[in-house]
Amino acid sequence: MKQGKKSALLSALFMGLGQLYNKDFVKGILFAAFEVFLLIFSIPYFKKAMWGLITLGERPLYYKNGIAMGDHSIILLIQGLIALLLLCIIALVYYINIKDAKGVGEATEAGLKPKGFKELVRYIWDKYFHFVMLTPAILSLIFITLLPILVTVSIAFTNYSGPNHLPPAKIVDWVGLENFKNLAGLDMWNTTFLGVAKWTLIWAALATGTNYFAGLFLALLVNANKIKFKKLWRGIFIIPYAIPGFLSLLVMRLMFSGPGAVNGFITSLGFEKISWLSDPLLAKTVIILVNLWLGAPYFMVLMSGVLTNISKSLYEAADIDGASAWQKFRKITLPMVLFSTAPYMILSFAFNLNNFNNIYILTDGNPVNAAFKYAGHTDILITWIFKMTYDQYKYHMASVITLIIFLIVASISAFAFSRTKSFNEEDMIQ
Amino acid sequence: MTNTAIENVPKKKRPKKRLVDRLGTAFLYTILIVQTIIVLVPVIWIIGSSMNPGNSLYGSTLIPKNPTFAHYIELFTMTDFPRWYMNTLKIATLTMIFSVIFITMTAYVMSRFRFKGRKQGLMLMLILQMFPTILSMTALYVLLWQMNLLNSHWGLVLIYVGGGIPYNTWLVKGYFDGIPRSLDEAGRIDGASNFTIFRRIILPLAKPIITFVALTSFTSPWMDFLLPRLLIRSAENKTLAVGLYEWVTGQQNTRFTLFAAGAILVGIPIILLFAYLQKNIVEGLSSGASKG
Repeated sequence: MKQGKKSALLSALFMGLGQLYNKDFVKGILFAAFEVFLLIFSIPYFKKAMWGLITLGERPLYYKNGIAMGDHSIILLIQGLIALLLLCIIALVYYINIKDAKGVGEATEAGLKPKGFKELVRYIWDKYFHFVMLTPAILSLIFITLLPILVTVSIAFTNYSGPNHLPPAKIVDWVGLENFKNLAGLDMWNTTFLGVAKWTLIWAALATGTNYFAGLFLALLVNANKIKFKKLWRGIFIIPYAIPGFLSLLVMRLMFSGPGAVNGFITSLGFEKISWLSDPLLAKTVIILVNLWLGAPYFMVLMSGVLTNISKSLYEAADIDGASAWQKFRKITLPMVLFSTAPYMILSFAFNLNNFNNIYILTDGNPVNAAFKYAGHTDILITWIFKMTYDQYKYHMASVITLIIFLIVASISAFAFSRTKSFNEEDMIQ
Repeated sequence: MTNTAIENVPKKKRPKKRLVDRLGTAFLYTILIVQTIIVLVPVIWIIGSSMNPGNSLYGSTLIPKNPTFAHYIELFTMTDFPRWYMNTLKIATLTMIFSVIFITMTAYVMSRFRFKGRKQGLMLMLILQMFPTILSMTALYVLLWQMNLLNSHWGLVLIYVGGGIPYNTWLVKGYFDGIPRSLDEAGRIDGASNFTIFRRIILPLAKPIITFVALTSFTSPWMDFLLPRLLIRSAENKTLAVGLYEWVTGQQNTRFTLFAAGAILVGIPIILLFAYLQKNIVEGLSSGASKG
């Protein structure tokens, strides 16, 4: 058997063995030590974690000598998933170990000597620089971004909910596709889901559309040749974007409340108070308007950048051809702006689909809608999910809906990004 | 619009065109002023409220009848506000520093190196970040618990930095893509290593986008209240967002004017930062868009 294959097999048997066979002592010892460490210290940990993941615990909370004991299903689930991810990383290391042994084996056969420690370090820093630099990002992606997703997806397949399946007092079980069937089949979930989804789509479309065109309008305004003090105007208009969002929302909530400033202004003119946030239609209108106040600056800034980048020569050529201001706008400005910022419009749409703050802080999703289960008139899917978890403890259904939202939002975003210049023509930008 | 069109028009028509021009400009300025009012009214209301005597929303007018700075003083002497401010400042600064470091590192690699799975990795980073994080709280809670980082500011920083890497990397990478490769190559000819090129060539040229990332990663911890509310248990580690939020919602609804004063003290520095770094924000936001 050739040396490459032999060392690969040895390394498959036990990490580092193949390397030692190749007289590659540095790597051999490192890999072998790693496996020894794993075998001694981590086997009980992984055993328990996998047991926890599969069974989700067997015995709920009980007290022994005054100390709380027992299985907390969800903690077991999460710990199990963490362990699973760690196992994947270890598997990756194992795979690297095998490939490395094979490579070095083949190189040795061709007459090259394995590297010493210093040489090895320099080699990794140079040839695998990208991998080294990416390690923090990869780790954070796995544990801070991916792990929560896996947890949420897993919960969608359990019955984690109040009142009967709330740890630590009760055990949670795996239920397969039952939640999905219920969402589609049971009337009470069905109507609420469709109703809330409808408003979510309308909201996202209106919020994005109004902000986009208002931002464009403002950018054109400030950018117009006749206007002086451009920096001042932009500076003022950027204020809503600068103020921490939840602060502005709380302020707006207070302003539109019964005794708030808006009603104060109206009554001082002699009219009756209006309950802005208690009427479904009014509340929805207020939300769109407040969102406009908050979000138009973002687009204004974006468009300003794009507008200044449109080559002046295009306008001059149009002038020579005798184009009117409206024609110039429609044929030059608008297409250029749309082309550059379309991805942002799509992104903004996806963002608004999930815009928790702007709805919840303003209205809590109220006014309450009796026909809906746990949802109010202004609730969008994400606030409904939040209420289901924090107020009603229906985590399992919340996870299912979250999953569905994600699939929709992810497809939209993937589509949008795959079309952006940054993605497609990056090698052409020089 | 150049002036050549006007100069060539016979003298008789010129005064009329000037008047229309002037009206047009006046109209534009009017809209600008209206917009300014719309933007500033809530801000003025909050400033006014913070100076209103008394505690509650009732009776707060736009311009206070008896303005007082008592609430500001109260903020510093009788509440935990200063501590919350320092806590949040600490978290924000740490987040900013580590975000810039890790994001630029990752973006440099994504921009300059070509390897298997790079494009998919980029797409994946972005898509994964879109997952609604409402239910992620428990997972992050357990993760930090296993790492012994509960009730710790470092735990928060870890999550903020990690959470910000995907989107910001995409942004910074786009900017790096615009820096000509020829500069890299020139450096390499002179014998520079990857890291040296990164440090000495790329980073200095990317100041605008780095400023943008530093700014956004500094300002966003100030507004986040879900995560600290979950992860921070002790009163002395509390952050501003949680503290202020509790003053206005929930049972303690009566500390409205205090909240207003606190909000001003938080909002003003951030507004000033944004106004000062305006140019970088414009560049940062539009860096992904077409460069004409």
